[in-house]
This record gives sequence, C-alpha cells and structure tokens, in this order.
Amino acid sequence: MRISTGTIRLVIPAASLALLLAAVFYMQPRAMSYTGLNLLFNLAVPIALATVAQMLIMAVNDLDLSMGAFVSFCACVTATFLQASPAIGVLIFLGAIAAYAVIGVVIHVRELPSIVVTLGMSFVWGGLAVLMLPSPGGEAPGWARWLMTSRPPFVPMAIVASIVIALVTHFVIMRSSVGVLIRGVGGNVRSVERAGWSVIRIRAGTYALAGFFAVLSGIALVGLTTSADANIALRYTLLSIAGVILGGGEFVGGKVSPIGAVIGALTLTLAGSFLSFMRIPPDWQIGAQGAILIVVLGLRLLLNRLEKREKSR
Amino acid sequence: MNEVTTRQEVVAARGIKVTFGAVKALDGADLVIHAGECVGLVGHNGAGKSTIVNVINGGLNPHAGEISYGGVSTQHGISTARANGVRCVFQELSLCPNLTVNENARIMHAELAGWNWRSRAGVLVRLQLQDIFPGHGIDCDSTVDDLSIAERQMVEIAVSFAGLNRKPKLVILDEPTSSLDAGLAAQLMAYIRRFVGKGGAVLLISHILGEILSTSDRIVVMKDGRVVADRSASEFSKRSLVEAMGNVAREKEWQRTGDKRNGAPVLAMPARRGHGLAFEAHRGEMIGLAGLGGHGQTETLLDLYLSRNSNWWPASRKEIAFVAGDRSLNGIFPLWSILKNLSIASLGDFSSRTIVDHDREGALGDGWKKRIEIRTPEMKNRILSLSGGNQQKVLFARALATSARIVLMDDPMRGVDVGTKQEVYGILRSEAASGRTFIWYSTEMDEIRLCDRVYVFREGAIVAELAGDEITEKNVLEASFSGGEAA
Repeated sequence: MRISTGTIRLVIPAASLALLLAAVFYMQPRAMSYTGLNLLFNLAVPIALATVAQMLIMAVNDLDLSMGAFVSFCACVTATFLQASPAIGVLIFLGAIAAYAVIGVVIHVRELPSIVVTLGMSFVWGGLAVLMLPSPGGEAPGWARWLMTSRPPFVPMAIVASIVIALVTHFVIMRSSVGVLIRGVGGNVRSVERAGWSVIRIRAGTYALAGFFAVLSGIALVGLTTSADANIALRYTLLSIAGVILGGGEFVGGKVSPIGAVIGALTLTLAGSFLSFMRIPPDWQIGAQGAILIVVLGLRLLLNRLEKREKSR
Repeated sequence: MNEVTTRQEVVAARGIKVTFGAVKALDGADLVIHAGECVGLVGHNGAGKSTIVNVINGGLNPHAGEISYGGVSTQHGISTARANGVRCVFQELSLCPNLTVNENARIMHAELAGWNWRSRAGVLVRLQLQDIFPGHGIDCDSTVDDLSIAERQMVEIAVSFAGLNRKPKLVILDEPTSSLDAGLAAQLMAYIRRFVGKGGAVLLISHILGEILSTSDRIVVMKDGRVVADRSASEFSKRSLVEAMGNVAREKEWQRTGDKRNGAPVLAMPARRGHGLAFEAHRGEMIGLAGLGGHGQTETLLDLYLSRNSNWWPASRKEIAFVAGDRSLNGIFPLWSILKNLSIASLGDFSSRTIVDHDREGALGDGWKKRIEIRTPEMKNRILSLSGGNQQKVLFARALATSARIVLMDDPMRGVDVGTKQEVYGILRSEAASGRTFIWYSTEMDEIRLCDRVYVFREGAIVAELAGDEITEKNVLEASFSGGEAA
C-alpha cells in the first residue's frame, strides 16, 4: 500500500517530538515520571487550543494575528466576569465568538487581507483586556482550576487533554462533512462556490469555531495560572502559527492537520524546557527556539522535494 | 427524433448580451438545449463559448436577455441552475487539490451529509467511475494532489455525472478530453451517447472536431459573441465547420515587406519536449504565436526569455524585453505614477552612479507621451487614472524604451479597444522596420495576420509554420483544431 501524503505530513512532527522528548529524558531522567511529564506539558494545553484555532483560520487561507491578544482577553474575562458572575461571562464569550464570525464575513465580503483586519482587531482585544484588568489579578473559576489540575490515573492531565483535543478536532476538521467544506474553501474557493455553497457562511462558521477554541484556550490558561493579566498570552500569536506549520500545515491551500497542530504545540513547549535543561541562558533561548524551528522546517522542505521528485518520475 | 416541439427544454438562453468593459463577450446569443440531445459548441478563442456556459450555469448575470430552466424562467444564480440539474465540468480543473476524491464528491453533492457520508460518497464515485471509465484504477481515498492530470479529469467528470436523489439533467463539458488519451476519450464519448439515450442532455465544447462531429446530435457555431450556425451534426463536415468558424469578410491587410529571413537567427529554440517544429526568429521580423489559448504559447515566451536571462541572477544588459498580458497581475505597478511605470525598465540608462536623473527621466516620459499619445494631462498622474488601453500603451513604451532588440509580447491587447489597437500596431510596424524583432502571442486573428511569420501551437508544441500569404484565418484554424478523433 502506498503511504498517503497526509501520513508523510505527520511523520516529521511526530519524529521531532519523539526526538526532543528522548533528549530531555536523557538529560533529565527524573522527567520520566507522572509529575515530570505533567510539568513538561502543562502549558502546552492552552497553546494547543490556540494552535487549533489558528489552524482553522489557516484552513480557509487566512491568518489571525490577533490570536494572542484574543486569548489574553479571554483569560481576563475568565478571571473576572466568568468567575464572579458566570452568566455574564458566558454572554461575553458568545459575543466574542459572534465578533469572530463578523470578522470572517467582513474579510470575505470586502476582500480585505485577513492579516490587516486581525492586526487591527488585536489592538481592540488588547484594549478591552486592559480595561478589564489594568493590573495583573483576578481569580480562576473553581471548576477551571479543578479541571486543569486534576490528576487522572496513570496518564497526566496535560497528555490526556492533548489527546482529547487532537481527536475531537481531527473528527471535526478531517472526518466530518462540515470539515470538508472548510478545507474545500482553502483548496479551491471557486469550486465550492460553483457547487452552490455559500462561502460567506462557511467562512463565518470557521471563524466562529476558531473563536470558540481560542475562548477554551483562555479558560485553560487561567485554570493553570490561577490569575490573569492583559498581556498574558501575547506570544501565542506567533506560537500558534509556528505550531500549525510545525505540525505539517501550510499557509495556503487548505492543507492542515489537527493532530499535527497539537503535536506542533507540544514540540514548541518542549523545546523551551529542553533549552533550559541544556543550561542555555534565557537571553539565547528565543534564538535557539528559532533554530529548532528552522531545522524542523528544513527537514520538511527536503521531504517535500523528495516527494515531488518521486511524483514527476 | 424529429418531434422537436414535444421534447422538453432543459435550458433556454435567448438574446443574451454580456459586456466586459469595452469588449462585447456575448452579443445577443441564443442557445436552447433539449432533453435527450448532445449539443456540440465550437468557435475560436473569444467567440463567447465560456461566457455563455457561465451564463447558463448561473455564475454570470447577463446584461440583457432571458434564461429559463425547464421552460420556467425563475430567478438566476448558481443554486437555481444546480437545482435544475445543470452541472458543469470546467476547462481548468476545478477540484479541491487538498481533498480526497470522496471529499470532493461531498463538495459537489450537498446531499452527502450526516453519519456515514464518507462511505456513501465512496460508493457513489466508484460506481460512476466504473460506469464511465471501466478499469480506471483510481483509489477514491487518495488526495487529488496525488492523482495525475488525466485521473483528475476523470474524477471530475464522474463526480458531475453522478447523482443520488438529484440526478443531473444537463452536463456541460468544457474541453473534457484535453488531458485524456484516445482510449479514455472514446470511453467518455460512448458514455455521453448512453447518457443522452437515457434522456439526459450534454453540452460538449471541444477543439477536437472529430469527437464533436461523431458525438453530437446538433452543432452550434459561435463567433464574436453570436451564434452563426445551428444545424444538425450530420449537415457538417470538418471543412464546413472550420469555414463556419472563420471570417467571411476580410479587411485589407497591410503590405508585408518580403522575407526577412537572412543571416543567423537572433533567437532560436529546438522543438519543445522533443516534438513539433523548432522556433527561429530573425532581425526585424514580427513573429506570431497562434493557436488556441493555453496551448504552450506563454510557456514558450517564458522559455525564450530565460534562454537569454538567468532565472537566478538578472543579466546586466537586457537583450529581451517582455510585455505582459495580464496587466493587473504582472504588468503595472498600481500605486506608481505613469512616468515611473514607464521608466522602470530603463532606469539604468539614465542614472549616474545609481542616482536617477529626474530631468532625463522626465524627458523620456514626455517623448513617449507624444510618440504613442498617452492620454493624460500629466505623466505624474497615477497609472490607474488611465483607461486599460492606455495602461497597455505605457507597458509597450516601457519595453520599447529599453535598448532590448527583441520584444516578447504575451497577448497584450486583451480588452483593448480598436482605436488604441490600431495605434499600437502602427508603432510596432515602425519599430520592426528599424530592426527590432517582435515575438507576439495573440489570440486574435487580426493581430496574427499582421505578422511576417506565424507558428501555430497545439498541445504544447509548434504544429505548423505559416509565412507571408499563407497566414490566413482558415490555415491557422485548420492547424489549431486537430482533425483526428483525438490529438
């Protein structure tokens, strides 16, 4: 049986995660335990959720530069309104998701570049977050705290959550008939249009779904950190994009992989710990993280080229 | 078969007019398709075939005229057309390359939803493929990206003919055999006859006249946005079809100045991909690249350009200038002034020590403004303030202002009005007389007739070379439409 392109796409991210994990275990054997794994991957859960949200936007050939600001906003809402008066908190989240759908519609109808619109929106979300929490504070809702710190038997919560996120999104994006439409818009808009579908509705729905996952990311983040801050998740914008690309996704063409995206988020989180174990001073860590990214992407480029050569033969 | 009145109308388009800017794409065209017939549609480039297809499938709103489906004229749109069983296989492949075959079927058929849709889609596509192309060997779980072009075309055809609850009534096939080999094309033609026999309707567009003549019941010939002939297929032969497509009246041609083929060629290229004729151009010649659109002319121009210019590091002395065809895509700089758009290619000639000499740039601009009559009060105005034709003139001036001795033109006159065209033709003639070589891909017969020598392209290769008085519409058409059953 021939190996499909989708499988090849998953091999590199999975292999790089395994390699990094092996390196971490080699340097710090104590990490090979329930607590160790939980500590290593704890922060990966909100990043994975944000990466999935970014992946949805990228599946329709757009890019969301407001992801970090939006997750920060959601974290602030979680630590204030959702904790104090849950009904209002839920309403705010519904409004935010609706706002995402409207952004999708505006981008589609006015044919605006998504980068510009979302960059503008990032200041809106950031401003709202500062209005809510001018200084770090707030408190996590008890249930979010409980969920993120629960200790299921045998496998730590971080791993369980990652697997659940990967499976659920894989089902929605890759297996369901709605997911086909989303990826179809990324692959060939005209073909979807000619088949009689409303691309506006598909785009709005995709953006709303992305907003939903970003909201979950904000809640998960506060569940871990117990309090929030208006700038808590700003780096998620670039982390989420890097996660999607690391996981085998592409900027255009509707080629995405939810399982890969989650693996990409785990890899990025692990890369940080790995560099700390290497005793690389924090000043150099961002550069070194970039170097890891370049190596993985270079490997993928090489694989793509081999694949193309095979095909043209 | 003669009881035309009792046969049910599937689609009727009457008196359709569509204009794109100054260009009349359809000028009162009529097309009625009945159940149980295969209609062949032929015509040269720009005759309006694709436009009328887009009107019928609801993608384009006509500016005048009436469309009715099944005898009822309701509102117009893609979903109305689809609800009335109109399906379309487009010339450029329109599957989603990132999805699998089954998933593409889901996009085309809205009723494939809910649990278990994937396996239902699989059964649907597999049976239909088996029906049209027995022994195809396509794995329906593979991504479209991984399929060959012929396989993609087969999938698209099968998906369009398939139907669960809503069966297709009319399938429009736009050049369906362009990437199928003879055996597969024959299978498809046989299937079309079976489909028509069961009461379906097919609109077949093809440049292979043999398959049009053998498969259609009725042939419609279009020219210049109108239907010029609409008769039963048995009344046509290959020769009479070609004649129906061509021009009857002929305007006066300009005088050619004899054969310029002396001395070594300034540009030459062996036959593309090992078949067809070799290409050669001499000093002062105007060479036309003819044939139907997208048969390798643009690729040849690019190859010619790269033969003298590295793709990696641009040559310091440009021997070849290129006039792009798609203005907005790779021609103009939309935010720049007219002058800057004009001078960009020759900046090196009037800069000293990499600093642009504005006086000399201005003088160049004014000179060309007078010479080719760019209609603007001020060369500092934005390029977008000009009409399309005048923008194109600026692009010509950009190429002619360089010291390049060879100018490649990629169908640059698309959508330019007649008056401007005549002006540009005049400039080209005088430049050719002064020793410049022009290599001109054009889809318009009038422009091809201006050339000293013409290469006709088909299927990515040069299939005919015409010189001097051999350059007639009839000869070009005959060479570009292959006569055989399949090319």
